[in-house]
Amino acid sequence: MRRTFVVHVEDKPGVLNRVASLFRRRAFNIESLTVGRTEVPRVSRMTIVVDTDDNGAKRLEANLYKLVNVLRVTDLTGDAAVIRDLTLIRVAATQETRTQVMQIVDTFRGRVVDVAPDSLIVEATGTEDKIDGLLGVLQPYGVLEIVRTGRVAMSRGQQSVATEPADAPAEADPGDQVSYSV
Amino acid sequence: MGNMRTGAQILWESLVREGVTTVFGYPGGAILPAYDAMLEYPVRHVLVRHEQGATHMADGYARASGEVGVAVATSGPGATNMVTGIATAMLDSSPIVCITGQVGSRLIGSDAFQETDVTGVTLPITKHNYLVSNVSEVAPTIHEAFYVARSGRPGPVLVDITKDAQQGSAEFVWDGSPVRLPGYRPELRASDAERRRAVDLINGAKRPIIFAGHGVMLSGAMDLVREFAERANIPVAMTLLGIGSFPALHPLNLGMMGMHGEAWVNQAIQEADLLLAFGMRFDDRVTGNVKTYAPNARKIHVDIDPAEFNKNVMVDVTLAGDLSNVLRELLPRVERGDRGVWLDSIAEMKGDSAVRDVQNLPDSGHLYAAHVINDIWRMTDGKAVVVTDVGQHQMWEAQYYHHEKPRSLITSGGLGTMGFALPAAIGAKLARPEAEVWAIVGDGGFQMTMCELATIAQEKVKVNVAIINNGYLGMVRQWQEFFYERRYAATPLLSPDFAKLGEAFGLRSATVSRRQEVEPTVAMARAEPGAVVIDFRVEQEDTVYPMVPAGADLHAMIRRPSPSPIVETADD
Repeated sequence: MRRTFVVHVEDKPGVLNRVASLFRRRAFNIESLTVGRTEVPRVSRMTIVVDTDDNGAKRLEANLYKLVNVLRVTDLTGDAAVIRDLTLIRVAATQETRTQVMQIVDTFRGRVVDVAPDSLIVEATGTEDKIDGLLGVLQPYGVLEIVRTGRVAMSRGQQSVATEPADAPAEADPGDQVSYSV
Repeated sequence: MGNMRTGAQILWESLVREGVTTVFGYPGGAILPAYDAMLEYPVRHVLVRHEQGATHMADGYARASGEVGVAVATSGPGATNMVTGIATAMLDSSPIVCITGQVGSRLIGSDAFQETDVTGVTLPITKHNYLVSNVSEVAPTIHEAFYVARSGRPGPVLVDITKDAQQGSAEFVWDGSPVRLPGYRPELRASDAERRRAVDLINGAKRPIIFAGHGVMLSGAMDLVREFAERANIPVAMTLLGIGSFPALHPLNLGMMGMHGEAWVNQAIQEADLLLAFGMRFDDRVTGNVKTYAPNARKIHVDIDPAEFNKNVMVDVTLAGDLSNVLRELLPRVERGDRGVWLDSIAEMKGDSAVRDVQNLPDSGHLYAAHVINDIWRMTDGKAVVVTDVGQHQMWEAQYYHHEKPRSLITSGGLGTMGFALPAAIGAKLARPEAEVWAIVGDGGFQMTMCELATIAQEKVKVNVAIINNGYLGMVRQWQEFFYERRYAATPLLSPDFAKLGEAFGLRSATVSRRQEVEPTVAMARAEPGAVVIDFRVEQEDTVYPMVPAGADLHAMIRRPSPSPIVETADD
């Protein structure tokens, strides 16, 4: 099944390469990977979507923890989470069709962010299903170009995926918390 | 600012503070500043003949001593020559630190002379690696590299240092305090619930077997494993790298498991109701077909690396942590057991098929590898450090040299690296000068790294080299014999006269082709102050038995044929 991992890593050169190399080496196929800064300096957050079973997910988590630069791995699969994909779509829109296209975009709570004589750029966020749906209805008008960020995710409610400060001493962790670094 | 040093000096200041006394290396352009600075420091440099040799020597040093081994090379080809040795150390969890020179930081990415992206090349075969391009990073990186290499599950770490970082100057400050890495916690502790489940399974088991892997030695848990086994009366089977972790002649020692393990060991595994895997990883050479592997057994897996859990074999209980800590927690709760029925039934499987002392068999005039290895075992009282290469002789060594002590068999198990033995033996000898060190090596593997005979001669390293020379790439030939209708594609091997070769390096050498010559020649080698090379011309088409063909069921072994030229077994 598709699983969503949130991986906090040190923001250092080559870390993305280490993570990507691990997936390749252990024969896990990345469906999407996003990376960006977090609320903590020098810590980046990756959202990685991968197709694997329960056992594969556990091994993947353990292997990620073996990377020295990986701070925390959270498997959000099955948790209540807000999951979003951001897309920009360049769609053909002539004077005759522009209104229709804009109405569709409106229905999907997207926004038109650029208008050219023969096309529009639409910005939309949502679950991947929603984006797929939007693309489906825009297809007849002529989708000229697409860019999608891939999935980003955050668990719902108060429970946050804690980002540890990069200088937190290792032994500050409670003893019962199993970490997988070796 | 009274303590200014160049990056090259800081490198050695740091290495010395990490306890390094010996390094194995080869100079070149990008590492020249470090070599120049080296002369001021109390470090023995062993000049190798190929950088692969440097990594195997560092590896042999680490395995013999438990300390971190160090290899040094220049950029580009110097560093890429290390790749095989690094991968070897990675698969066998051996702590080594490789220092490589790199072109100046402003040249990186320009395809400069002898530039290779070494951190990129070694990323999947190191535990961790570093590119140091600033002199201020040298000391903290070395400190961190040694910590990462030796802590948790040990492994190779590479530190690539640009030439300008070696040449630049900075104040040398040594922070020897324990390393803290935010994302790295080698100390693990299994949950109490898992420990309770393990204890219940152990106390309830009627047919348990302990598996002793390399982790037993890496954790220093030999005494605890023995106490555990004796208390609960559980027999112990060993992986290839676990040999030495449990005394060979202990009544509870079953011997080696797996592809070339003795039949009763594998049969016992298939009939066991509980496997206690201590610091091993269910390699395919151990399990055979995993679908039919130990079908009746619950499995408890103790490992410091949780990524090993349920990787090859699904287990019932996982205990993450250092084996010694786990055993200390389990031991008081493990009940004393009798298990006489189980031990009797294993003895029955054994019959008298235990390998007889090959010395007792009549001399047919042929020389077999087993004779040679068994004689070396007998004459060294089983106390030598034996370093083997990869192939038939490696398996015969595991079968016919009985290791009583840990860290006395050094061999490339995971990667199966031919060419390992000779350089690794040099490293082992320098780590333990008081030990008697034998390299046992095939004629194929020997020729891969035989240039290191020059290192032996130049550094005056006393190792004895026993070449098991059968004129074939023997293990490959054996597979061709069994599985490719004896079509010996590219396995017949022409070799030079190894004795003449040894003499050319200034080493006393001998050729042995008759059984009665083995003993006096081994005695000569042991008495000789310098290194000795012995070319043992053994039976050419000899075969390692028993054998579980790759991927076959563990109990479906190819047994020794009858009558065997070397050993006779009751049920053959």
